[in-house]
Amino acid sequence: MTKFSIFSLARNALSHHERWPEQWRSPAPKPAYEVVVIGAGGHGLATAYYLAARHGITDVAVLEKGWLGGGNTGRNTTVIRSNYLWDESAALYEHALKLWEGLAQELNYNLMFSQRGVLNLIHNVHDLQEATRRVNANHLNAVDAELLTTGQVKAFCPILNTAPTTRYPILGGTLQRRGGNARHDAVAWGYARAADARGVDIIQNCEVTGIDVEGGRVTGVQTTQGAIAARKVAIVVAGHSSVLAAMAGFRLPIESHPLQALVSEPLKPVLHCVIMSNGVHVYVSQSDKGELVIGAGLDPPNSYSQRGGLHTIEDQMGALVELIPIVSRVRMMRSWGGIVDVCPDASPVIGKTPVENLYINGGWGTGGFKSTPGSGWVLAHTIATGEPHPLNAPFALDRFTSGRLIDEHGAAAVAH
Amino acid sequence: MLWIDCPWCGARPETEYRYGGEAHIARPDPAATDDAGWADYLFMRTNPKGVHAERWMHREGCRRWFNVLRSTVNNEVLAVYPMGAPRPDVPGGEAEGG
Repeated sequence: MTKFSIFSLARNALSHHERWPEQWRSPAPKPAYEVVVIGAGGHGLATAYYLAARHGITDVAVLEKGWLGGGNTGRNTTVIRSNYLWDESAALYEHALKLWEGLAQELNYNLMFSQRGVLNLIHNVHDLQEATRRVNANHLNAVDAELLTTGQVKAFCPILNTAPTTRYPILGGTLQRRGGNARHDAVAWGYARAADARGVDIIQNCEVTGIDVEGGRVTGVQTTQGAIAARKVAIVVAGHSSVLAAMAGFRLPIESHPLQALVSEPLKPVLHCVIMSNGVHVYVSQSDKGELVIGAGLDPPNSYSQRGGLHTIEDQMGALVELIPIVSRVRMMRSWGGIVDVCPDASPVIGKTPVENLYINGGWGTGGFKSTPGSGWVLAHTIATGEPHPLNAPFALDRFTSGRLIDEHGAAAVAH
Repeated sequence: MLWIDCPWCGARPETEYRYGGEAHIARPDPAATDDAGWADYLFMRTNPKGVHAERWMHREGCRRWFNVLRSTVNNEVLAVYPMGAPRPDVPGGEAEGG
């Protein structure tokens, strides 16, 4: 693996950056692997990396129907935080956040991880009560959280309109200073590079068209590049979990929806944190290029079309202009949609499936990016040992039969 | 934005409607259903990549519920039919989902 440092940068500058080697191989698939991971997004690549790095399992293929990091990893709004209400969620997301804090060094890759703070706004009395409860719950789980007054919100983020006469008055906020952003593509690239260096085969343009099951046990996958046998298979596909599960003959408590985002023209630095508003449903941060990166809520109808309705964007932009009046004349440059798999309790499914040796990590809904390292870490543990880690055991598929849901709808600092 | 033909009010934009999720999910008999049966009824969904039978309500019009067949690949509305009626046959009705 190329070791990146100030010296390698200087050395390559002398050759006009034309001699950087490729950072991962593009091998043809072997006939069989110990583990096949379906989906080379952040979660799938992290799974492969931790299988190799923590569990010594390197006979691993990651199959990707397009290009790596080209799905939701490349489409999300890159918010990272762990201020979830329930114990199970706080433990999982906080584990991920701790991994984020050392990840660039571990992978020797600049993830542009920036702990700039995530500010959740409070607009009414109910928000205030819910936010107070959540901050207290976060403290009990050793997750950093602060409750801010209106004045403190204004001091922390001056571009917010905190006048009491606005349509969405700001009664305060919660702040997680350790939250922030990372460069989404770099996360996929960093994990891909580190996994490849440990012997993992990343096979792009290789769509899975079938999952082979014999006697209730998975034996391999059918792909557009032929059949690949595998002792263990993991479905890590963000927007198509139900389609893959159907190939293996079971159903999931998941519906797929478009989730839209958009970016503005580049501005000078005006916003140094992430703003999230549960009540009006808009999220915004500013990228290092200067673009405002804006996300919204789901389009209600199920769809795999990667397109949403303009009215969803209209709603979110109307709210954003009320909150931050200076954006009223900012031009928006691009909007796009990704398909997110949503569970009824807005928590993911990570663990075993009804098919033996077939594992799943999906149903992350609108918030999978933040948990990329933690999700890969616990799924790798589950695959390697055959049993879930205590962190992901509560997120098993059987919670929908037992009724032990982890209901983060509205509890997790956003409305899903 | 979708355009949906309300059977009573005619073609109206999606913003007038409320989406009601998958159609034709029958409530099981409580006396004869175990936990797995309830989980299937309450939580499991077909979520097909293809034709989806779903419920809509004309919230800002007649406020009546009805069913729609819609492609989840390109969002084309393929059929509109009353609640309680069987699912109509449409071409391309084979779905990839579960």
